[in-house]
Amino acid sequence: MKQLPTLAAVFAYLSLLTVGGGMAAFPELKALSVDVYHWLTFPQLIHFFSIGQLAPGPNMMMVASIGEWVAGPLGALVVVTAFFLPSACLTFAVGRLWDHMAGWGWRDSIQRGLAPVSIGLLLAGAISIARGAISGWLGGLIAATVLTLLLVTRLNPALLILASAVVGLLVYLETG
Amino acid sequence: MSEPRLRPSGLPAVARRTGGATVSLHHIFLVFLGIGTTSVGGGLVAYMRRSLVDKQGWVDDREFVRMLTICQALPGLNGTNMAILTGDHLRGPRGAAAAILGVCLPGGLIMVGAAIAYGAHGHHAYAAAMLTTIAAAAVGIAFSVAIQLGQRSLKGVADLVFVALTVIGVNLLHVSVLVVLAVVGALAIWWYRPRGPAPANRR
Repeated sequence: MKQLPTLAAVFAYLSLLTVGGGMAAFPELKALSVDVYHWLTFPQLIHFFSIGQLAPGPNMMMVASIGEWVAGPLGALVVVTAFFLPSACLTFAVGRLWDHMAGWGWRDSIQRGLAPVSIGLLLAGAISIARGAISGWLGGLIAATVLTLLLVTRLNPALLILASAVVGLLVYLETG
Repeated sequence: MSEPRLRPSGLPAVARRTGGATVSLHHIFLVFLGIGTTSVGGGLVAYMRRSLVDKQGWVDDREFVRMLTICQALPGLNGTNMAILTGDHLRGPRGAAAAILGVCLPGGLIMVGAAIAYGAHGHHAYAAAMLTTIAAAAVGIAFSVAIQLGQRSLKGVADLVFVALTVIGVNLLHVSVLVVLAVVGALAIWWYRPRGPAPANRR
């Protein structure tokens, strides 16, 4: 119960960092949930992120897992609300003002300038995930294969997640 | 560009498309619940386009792209931001609430269930082995998203420099994302500052 206000504050803050996509907030999510508050370990965070790739809907619904992990169903509710409400309110407001801002030259500057920064944040998020998720040649090989397949085909990423789970199981049965 | 500014959120256009009847909140919730349930494997925006533009006819293609542009310039996930804008477009604030609730509910419940299952089975050796390879695949997915978006929206050397500065700030210098966003963001916005032929007339 004591955790709820902290959870709300942390995820409301993270909400405002998700420029370009949820992954942009990942490095900060890791720093706060693992290093500062010790809610879970880095491998556990990586596991939730990975399982989240199989869930439908917005790709950062894995934050619900963190809420549940830390403080039960109420924690999940608090985290999801805190993570989506601030950016939702901002979008609602800007959506209504957007056309009024058409004559304001800086509107296009903001759009144009934030585009590369948001790509950079997505890339930084991916690098941060890779640091925790890849140890050893098998992981590197799987990541490279998945990346290549996604860039050259139109396969559903969820299928690749399932396939890699099968690979993991086979490796376990072979070596364990 | 001046005509759309006169109507607050495009309501008249929608009323025309749906034969004058307003869309019920219930209906909005169910359509977004459907999107939130079926959109497995990312690409939520593509699922939305199919449902909102092709099937429901709630927004046309131009409006969809316009809304997506707004979403991409703001914090928040594209999927949830699109739900907010479409919901507001159809039924105002309550429509926005119905839409975001619908799109988040299925994935949220699944991820709560996943956390419970992880607590019960995550420590088994077979589960750990599978989670390790799943995590590696997730890394591949994460990079593919960044690369594909980058191919689409990066133009010129300046953009690449801003991408590099962002990555260096976050991953090498370990500066907080907020600071990187503020500093590099301000720099990039300044770089693309409005440069009209006659700035004095713009005021």
